[in-house]
Amino acid sequence: MYLEKALAQHGINIEALALGSQASASRRNFMKFSVGGVAGIAIVPSLVSAQAPQGAPAPKAGQKPTEQPAAFVTIAKDGTTTILCNRMDMGQGIETALAMICAEELDADWSKVKTAFGNQKGNYVDPMMGMHLTGGSNSVKNSYTQYRELGARTRTMLLAAAAKQWKVDAATLRAENSVVIGGTRRASYGELFDAAMKEPIPEAVTLKDPKSFKLIGKPTGLKVSRAKSTGTQQYGIDVKLPGMLTAVVMRPPVFGGKVKSLDTSAALKVKGVRAVLPVDLDRGAKGVAVIADGYWPAKLGRDAVKVEWDSTGVARADTAKMLTQYRDLAKNPGRQAPGAAFKADISALASAPNKLSAEFVFPYLNHAQMEPLACTVDLKANECHVYTASQMPGVDTGAIARITGLKPDQINIHVQMAGGGFGRRAVPTSEYLVEATNVAKAYVATGKRAPIKVIHSREDDVKAGYYRPYTLHRAEIGYDSDGKITAWDHRIVSQSILKGSPFEAFLVKDGIDGTTTEGMREPYTIPMQLSVHHPEINVPTLWWRSVGSTHTAFVMETLLDEIAVATRKDPVDYRMSLLADDARGKRHKAALQLAVDKAGYGKKTLAPGMHWGIAMHESFESVVAFVLEAGVKDGKPVIGEVTAAVHCNFCVNPRTVETQVQGSALMALATTMENHAITFKDGVVEQSNFHDFPMPRITDMPKIAVHIVPSNDPPKGIGEPGLPPFAPALANALRRATGKPLREMPFKLA
Amino acid sequence: MVRFELNGKAVSVDADPSTPLLWALRDNLNLTGTKFGCGMALCGACTVHLNGDAIRSCTTPISAVANQKITTIEAQSTDRIGRAVTDAWVKHDVAQCGYCQSGQIMSAVSLLKGKKNPSDTDIDAAMAGNVCRCGTYTRVREAIKDAAKAIA
Repeated sequence: MYLEKALAQHGINIEALALGSQASASRRNFMKFSVGGVAGIAIVPSLVSAQAPQGAPAPKAGQKPTEQPAAFVTIAKDGTTTILCNRMDMGQGIETALAMICAEELDADWSKVKTAFGNQKGNYVDPMMGMHLTGGSNSVKNSYTQYRELGARTRTMLLAAAAKQWKVDAATLRAENSVVIGGTRRASYGELFDAAMKEPIPEAVTLKDPKSFKLIGKPTGLKVSRAKSTGTQQYGIDVKLPGMLTAVVMRPPVFGGKVKSLDTSAALKVKGVRAVLPVDLDRGAKGVAVIADGYWPAKLGRDAVKVEWDSTGVARADTAKMLTQYRDLAKNPGRQAPGAAFKADISALASAPNKLSAEFVFPYLNHAQMEPLACTVDLKANECHVYTASQMPGVDTGAIARITGLKPDQINIHVQMAGGGFGRRAVPTSEYLVEATNVAKAYVATGKRAPIKVIHSREDDVKAGYYRPYTLHRAEIGYDSDGKITAWDHRIVSQSILKGSPFEAFLVKDGIDGTTTEGMREPYTIPMQLSVHHPEINVPTLWWRSVGSTHTAFVMETLLDEIAVATRKDPVDYRMSLLADDARGKRHKAALQLAVDKAGYGKKTLAPGMHWGIAMHESFESVVAFVLEAGVKDGKPVIGEVTAAVHCNFCVNPRTVETQVQGSALMALATTMENHAITFKDGVVEQSNFHDFPMPRITDMPKIAVHIVPSNDPPKGIGEPGLPPFAPALANALRRATGKPLREMPFKLA
Repeated sequence: MVRFELNGKAVSVDADPSTPLLWALRDNLNLTGTKFGCGMALCGACTVHLNGDAIRSCTTPISAVANQKITTIEAQSTDRIGRAVTDAWVKHDVAQCGYCQSGQIMSAVSLLKGKKNPSDTDIDAAMAGNVCRCGTYTRVREAIKDAAKAIA
């Protein structure tokens, strides 16, 4: 009920938005929610409806839409098998992973499988969360069983159809490579599919013994690999509709600013410009939309608009001043973090024989997904079609319904392939979709109507807000000469990402945003007292790949490493000694040991000037350990071989795990690089494009070997967990090289 | 009206001469394989070939390509080297989100047209202008080396 109530406060009716009109309270499942990686904080209702797909038999009472094969699998006469993905894909390869899982149980010929996206309605919801949502590295974790059962049900229905045609017992038939075989008789899936979909949907199906898997667990290339290598893959920014116009938006330089005066005369003279209109923006701001025949005339039109902004009454963030403010806050304890793990007795701190005091500063970060945000809205009298790559169309539907006055079932969000996401496309306020809808509304209000695509320039993307929060950590640690930590007093100062959002009710507990503290202490047995300050700053913040663990892992893994070295402990042995012998501890030990073994740590002699760096971290229920070699040359880091070990339980697609961990490591490396920070001066973002918010290049890419701990436990996610432990592993190696700890991002080695 | 040769065919674009080639391709000529990343020639997502050389189409006005030959990602499947590079990209499963890969491939094709057997240093020099936020660089390098073998 939490989610429902919370969304209702924001005018969102979850029953209508996520799941069609037939959802009823009696069919709600209450499930654990973990979008921000904060598993287990609250339960939310997962609603199910019973929308029967066209041509399919009426489902039995209790048959969930997420269990109905006809909505997910179609097989053409030529055998082409299309498997619909109930998530958005931003490069994590989920469209292929879910298709593999389904095709395995379906016994489909993989060469005939294609993938496509389902929309936000009815069936295509996260079965655990009840809405279309891609985040928290949840997709494989939450849909593994769902897609296996979908495949198995489809196969069972195909066998039943063949049995009926051949007048034999279905139990005498088997399926192989998209063919049903009974003795000498054979029928292709393509021939049988239409009849099969008229068979009853089996409720219970027997799933394969994983030992017999032919597809799941095998390194598999993305189904969209060729489309993405030939320029034929359509992304959200590529959407083209008949009569479509393109718009760019002028946003105030300070968040929440308004238009004081506007002169559109020069802009309207630009060839191709159709309209220049005031438009409502995020956070109560007002801006100007320039609507034109294409991007370039829109951009030229925007350059010609004369606007004076009004920032009165709007707070102006300034990161230099924030540092002082955050330091002052950290002098005193903040609000107590919930959970017994953070309420340890730290009275031993005063008398501790050794003390370590440390302050860490992490900047705001822009997601910088390669495809700038784009959203196409076709607003009609009784329906609205939205074409964009959103991670949360379930939430967006409610927001768009609210501002258009349409009913949620009149909103159709056509999920597009995303050119990267990293959290930027999962906005609780639906900011960029709402903005595009407001542009369409403003145009309709002029008496005209056309589908309009709003495109962000790179500068718009860098300056539009929704950053990883600026964060300061303060630690006071007492330990004895044997490295035993006797007390750890810890304070975090960071904006709450979720306060004021529809997610506040179930991810903010005791006034503490769970995304701020996730990754602290666990899995180590340490007596820690943790408190948090959540200052109010006029900067929109958002989850950013691996969220809180982007900073908590760095703090934990560099501090423990320092204590290990200060007490002459081997950093691997020291970490092992702090792990419990429970399931969680064992997963960490297995990952760390595998990385140590594969890297040759303790055996291999490093080149002069190179040092070992070690770190590990669990996020989103997967553990990743890094063992790397690095040093400093001419004041710059030099990275040698990097070894990663992953414990994500049973691995569905090792190829994707490898790429996700390599990519996450590079994204973490970016956070250490010079100038990789978003800063504010007098309320205005100081960066604008890749020259002042630089990206790692091919010349920065280290060699990263990825190893996977064998496991048969239910699979977990991998889109984010490779990121948190990389930067601390690098910092630990560099500290050995220079003797100085690195406690600020990006790194300052000089 | 600006005329030029696009992927072997004569085309004309009725747009302001300052219009970057990128937007002429995407909005006027409906070829969306070439991507918008930064608009300042900083990321390489918009890379195309001008008379065979890799250029950034986001900062090249159409007035500068009048009567010249432009080749885009869409034509690579009919080019011997382009085909080899594309096949290597698929074999190595380079793409994650894939958004930058049109530009990566166009830079790689340009490299291999000039150097049949590029060294790591050659690859660094040719590819350092192409940003990939997903971090596919390791596979980009492997795919280029593989494509080089295929065309040897």
